[in-house]
Amino acid sequence: MAQLTYRDAVARGLAQEMRRDERVVLLGEDVAEAGGVFKTTPGLLEEFGPRRVRDTPISEQAILGAAMGAAMTGLRPIAEIMFSDFFGVGWDLLANQIAKTRYMAGGQLSLPLVVRAANGGGLRFGAQHSQDVANWVMAVPGLKVVVPSTPRDVVGLLAAAVRDPDPVVFLEAKGLYPVRGEVPDGEITDTLGSAVLRREGGDCVIVTLGLMAPRALAAAERLEREHGIAAAVLDLRSLVPLDVRAVLEQLERTGRLFTVEENPRLCGWGAEVVSICAEEGFTSLDGPLVRITTPHVPLPAADSLEDAALPSVDRITETVAKSMD
Amino acid sequence: MDVRLELYRQMVRMRAMEKRAYDLFLRGLVKGTSHLSTGQEAVAAGFAAAMRPDDYTFATYRGHAHTLARGAPMAGILAELMGRGNGLMSGKGGSMHLTSTEHGMMGSYAIVGAHLPIAGGAAWSAQLRGSEQVAVCFFGDGTTNIGAFHEALNLAAVWQLPVLYVCENNQYMEYTPIRAVTAVERPAADRAAAYGLERVVVDGNDVDAVYETALGALGKAREGGGPSLIEADTYRHGGHSRADPGTYRPQREVEDWLARDPVPAYRTKLLAAGIAESKLAGIEDAAARETDEATKAAEDGPLPEPALVERDLWADGGAAWRN
Ligand SMILES: Cc1ncc(C[n+]2csc(CCOP(=O)(O)OP(=O)(O)O)c2C)c(N)n1
Repeated sequence: MAQLTYRDAVARGLAQEMRRDERVVLLGEDVAEAGGVFKTTPGLLEEFGPRRVRDTPISEQAILGAAMGAAMTGLRPIAEIMFSDFFGVGWDLLANQIAKTRYMAGGQLSLPLVVRAANGGGLRFGAQHSQDVANWVMAVPGLKVVVPSTPRDVVGLLAAAVRDPDPVVFLEAKGLYPVRGEVPDGEITDTLGSAVLRREGGDCVIVTLGLMAPRALAAAERLEREHGIAAAVLDLRSLVPLDVRAVLEQLERTGRLFTVEENPRLCGWGAEVVSICAEEGFTSLDGPLVRITTPHVPLPAADSLEDAALPSVDRITETVAKSMD
Repeated sequence: MDVRLELYRQMVRMRAMEKRAYDLFLRGLVKGTSHLSTGQEAVAAGFAAAMRPDDYTFATYRGHAHTLARGAPMAGILAELMGRGNGLMSGKGGSMHLTSTEHGMMGSYAIVGAHLPIAGGAAWSAQLRGSEQVAVCFFGDGTTNIGAFHEALNLAAVWQLPVLYVCENNQYMEYTPIRAVTAVERPAADRAAAYGLERVVVDGNDVDAVYETALGALGKAREGGGPSLIEADTYRHGGHSRADPGTYRPQREVEDWLARDPVPAYRTKLLAAGIAESKLAGIEDAAARETDEATKAAEDGPLPEPALVERDLWADGGAAWRN
């Protein structure tokens, strides 16, 4: 079993899928020669050659369009959009074309493609290179949305995304790139829509994913230590498909549910989870459903400001402890 | 069959179908909107006749004729316009999204310019698979001013993709003449040099000229010679979409272009070349019959089952987002 960083796990996952299926091709800005601006694609050009690993111009529409056209004609492209914030530049291709075309065509076309991007905050990049866009993509019918939180899951979920016959947006939590974790040897695959219970606990459940998952886990440990509260932590891993069954099961076992997300307050995915719980898990509730989010602001750059905006271990711990009082 | 008769037959069918679509709209049987290409038939016919059956077509919302030309059944097209279950996409797409992959019709895209990069992707895949297929992407003059046009042309040139970008310059965007909002005189051809491409202009009302141009560009793309940007000069006889009478156009201009209507012009040319009148009349009768039968089949079609709403979002046939 190897210890890999989240960043290295991306390259490992890509290589695993490219070795397995020669229809898998990779394109994006600086992905080939440079090995990716976040060093998530080193070695791929050397192993798979310039036909399958391609540097593109700064053309987000052309990148997404090329992936779409290639997917509908027999390839399994993986398009890298450097920062997920730049989805805005290619939004027509992502939200109007890639997402809708199969449906509009009455199922005649399949679009087995993956759009990868570095997503979210934690690196002091400021509002145009730090936002979590999970709620943008989740709101568009036709896109699956994956947000891994561990190096092992990066490999397994990337494999699931590449093998999925539909368009998958794969959001890499850029704040986790340097984090190490155990990754078993050999081929790893996962299933989209399968949450993982990272920690058991009978008093409440914290539902989370991506960058917030390690923070929720750290908060759960402090809750146990300092407040005697046993919090379960459920890592959703994908937002579409959403593992509603796992959420309701944990709500039923604990009676109290918290969500922790990077999204700005309004219309984040936590709102959807909470509303499902209110509709379908109401009889399990022993108290209010509570969302822990970024305030409804663009993410600021300075250390103290970004830290104040993103849910921290302190804030999660305090919010849970207070409302469990 | 003589390719000239095939070109004529296709143009006559397109004209008959588009006229019928207009009638059906006036009768309230075509809902939403539709964009006819009456007057532009020579472009669709010329390219389709030159293409291989497994080549890819990408069209805009003005895509009825392109879809028909690739071999999609007229009944399926009219039924789709009328929102019937026997439409090409079972009523999911409507007039602006005609798709028939079994005929190489890879979709009609209703957002200006979006399909240019997508066509490039199909060409890239053909290149990687070594299939010698070519993607042919049709768009209007107005499209040349949108970013996606430039992104697509640059990438196609850099990657030497087997794709033909075909501008149907019908002189207008929706209501504004293209020259009023474009920095160069020829919206497509004058930009070719920016991507290292040859400047190509063809008379888009002369179906023989279009056909020859298409053959040349397709052959070049198939042999690895890379993309082409082709500007075909033409004119839509009607307005932009069904609700538009097109009155913003100078009377004189309309008359000049009507005098160059590609369908009667080709008829005259074929007669002069010694083709029997009866042959052409036979083609016209067959198109009229086909249109009547297609209309009947479309009108008799069932309404799509409401359950279709939640079908075919995903490859498993459903639309589930949760377990
Ligand atoms: C991005 C975008 N902007 C505006 C529109 C509205 N619109 C639809 S057709 C059209 C004119 C397009 O003109 P042109 O490219 O010349 O094609 P034509 O209709 O003449 O075939 C416009 C502005 C649109 N569909 N997409």
